[in-house]
Amino acid sequence: MMRLELVKRPQRSMLFSALSPFIAFALTIIAGAILFALLGVNPLNAFEIYFIEPISQVWQLHELAIKAAPLILIAVGLSVCYKANIWNIGAEGQFILGGIFGSAIPVLFPGFEGPLVLPLMLLFGMVGGAAYAAIPALLKTRFGTNEILTSLMLVYVAQLFLDWLVRGPWRDPQGHGFPQTIQFNDSAVLPELMPDAGRANWGFVFALIAAVLIWVLMSRLLKGFEVRVLGSSPRAGRFAGFGLNRMVFFAFLLSGALAGLAGISEVSGAIGQLQPVISPGYGFTAIIVAFLGRLNPLGIVAAGLVLALTYLGGEAVQSALGISDKVARVFQGMLLFFVLGCDTLIHYRIRLVGVALANGAAKLNAAPKLKEAR
Amino acid sequence: MDITVNILLTIATAATPLLIAAIGELVVERSGVLNLGVEGMMIMGAVGGFGAGYLTGSPWIGLLAAIAMGAVFSLLFAVMTLSLATNQVATGLSLTLLGLGLSGMMGTSFVGQPGERLPNLYIPVLTDIPVVGRLLFGQDPIFYISIALTAAVMWFLFKTRTGLTLRSIGDSHTSAHALGIKVIRYRYLSVIFGGACAGLAGGHLSLVYTPQWVENMSAGRGWIALALVVFASWRPWRVLAGAYIFGAVWIGQLHAQAFGIPVPSQLLSSLPYLATVVVLVLISRNKRLTMMNTPASLGQPFVPDR
Repeated sequence: MMRLELVKRPQRSMLFSALSPFIAFALTIIAGAILFALLGVNPLNAFEIYFIEPISQVWQLHELAIKAAPLILIAVGLSVCYKANIWNIGAEGQFILGGIFGSAIPVLFPGFEGPLVLPLMLLFGMVGGAAYAAIPALLKTRFGTNEILTSLMLVYVAQLFLDWLVRGPWRDPQGHGFPQTIQFNDSAVLPELMPDAGRANWGFVFALIAAVLIWVLMSRLLKGFEVRVLGSSPRAGRFAGFGLNRMVFFAFLLSGALAGLAGISEVSGAIGQLQPVISPGYGFTAIIVAFLGRLNPLGIVAAGLVLALTYLGGEAVQSALGISDKVARVFQGMLLFFVLGCDTLIHYRIRLVGVALANGAAKLNAAPKLKEAR
Repeated sequence: MDITVNILLTIATAATPLLIAAIGELVVERSGVLNLGVEGMMIMGAVGGFGAGYLTGSPWIGLLAAIAMGAVFSLLFAVMTLSLATNQVATGLSLTLLGLGLSGMMGTSFVGQPGERLPNLYIPVLTDIPVVGRLLFGQDPIFYISIALTAAVMWFLFKTRTGLTLRSIGDSHTSAHALGIKVIRYRYLSVIFGGACAGLAGGHLSLVYTPQWVENMSAGRGWIALALVVFASWRPWRVLAGAYIFGAVWIGQLHAQAFGIPVPSQLLSSLPYLATVVVLVLISRNKRLTMMNTPASLGQPFVPDR
């Protein structure tokens, strides 16, 4: 009988640090092939439809950018949280609130036009997302309430709030009873980058700018250092005079603002009005993007494109092969699993040992050291 | 009187899945592991239970399938966090995301199909006793399992040596390891038990509560179960109380919607989630209570050094 045993590496392995997303992706492909085979589809054929056909023409690349933009925007914000060991998993709700706050301008003042409209909407979107993220941050710092559960619960509340708005006070009176707001006027619509080539809008540019800014923040500024110290050793952070409570607010407000920006960009760019559902789970998929990108803003840009492709591929296999587009969620979940598993290789060497032998070794080493509890 | 009994019965039905999932997670967390995948295991149990019941025509096979599905799915989490020492928060999240996707895919052909419902208990004379008869002797079988499970977990954790060992692991895995306790083995079994419970809770949703398959039908109950464990400060009987309070909130908002109370239905629907936040705040304000009861090594990865 054999067993896995982890042996701590003296230092983190740079090799596996770089390789692990690729190994994870390869494992996902293998597992995906098995999945497709189980569904009675030729895996090679399915992969071509899933991963290659959706990006074989220029307009399709634009669709990829549309899907990748919110994922990247949200994920770079979340990466700061997770680096600081702060668990905001309610980005989906902050995304929705950003969409609602930003939409308030074109919905409540449909006559307001001009170059000022869009910047104001984007600003409102960021404020909305940040304000919503401030709730779990406040509860955590003030009462010590677990931010994982509160931020997640607020997602359900945000979804219901949006549903109420578009069916109730904000419904378009001329909308034939459909649950949606009025179509935004032209100056409230996020312009397309290259209208002749495809639909991609400025949201993707925002995402790239955000990624670069967060990269500068994390690798070049003191604040980024503070995030990393507090994340890996809160005690050391306290000695250095870094405030944990301030960090909780900083991380939540930053990630909330970015999720809010993603929300209003999506509503004003890709949709053009508010609907009961404005996100196919971007806020949750972005968690996968953040980890697949190794919590590094530049890695997140690449990971965002990969995960955007899983959405497009899911739609493609649904229409071509009649497989549920939920296959996209399965791919995303598997990918995160494999990434987390491969990350173990960065810190540990994996050894296969015979059980009998391991028991013997344990007896020889009869006095295990008590590790200092973190 | 009849209305009161009916309301009490529906509250019990709403509370049962929360109670079972939370009791399972309580054991997991007492062993020092934080599994945020409850929602995912629950929805997998729901789809597995519905599917097996629908295909075989027997809700009892559905029940067993739900438990097995939850247990097998939790094994994925166990291998990752216990054998590969991955981050428990992230792994639990990915278990939930994967479960929601996988169940949606597996359930595509079940949508809109009539399901099998587990029959309610019926004991000729006893069930016919007015008022208390149906409450005590006329409910669905999983209700009785949930109560027995709570009592059993209470006895196991606080009255048996193995339970004491399990709690000691949750409080300090390094000391437990130094004493020669097989930390990883205990944790594997705890996680699988938690998975089986979450699967059973999901089975309750698709075999009793609403005997049909609806995508995402767990609707955040797995997360509420997680919150219940915190709310109960890791005590089984408080989980029982909490689950029934939440069951009452859940049913109360449904009744309020049915009566046409002039409040937006969305506001009423959001009450269980808002109540969760409020309850978490109230309980975490009491720092001493939380500090004293939180398993000290909760959520920290453990790699035995040999």
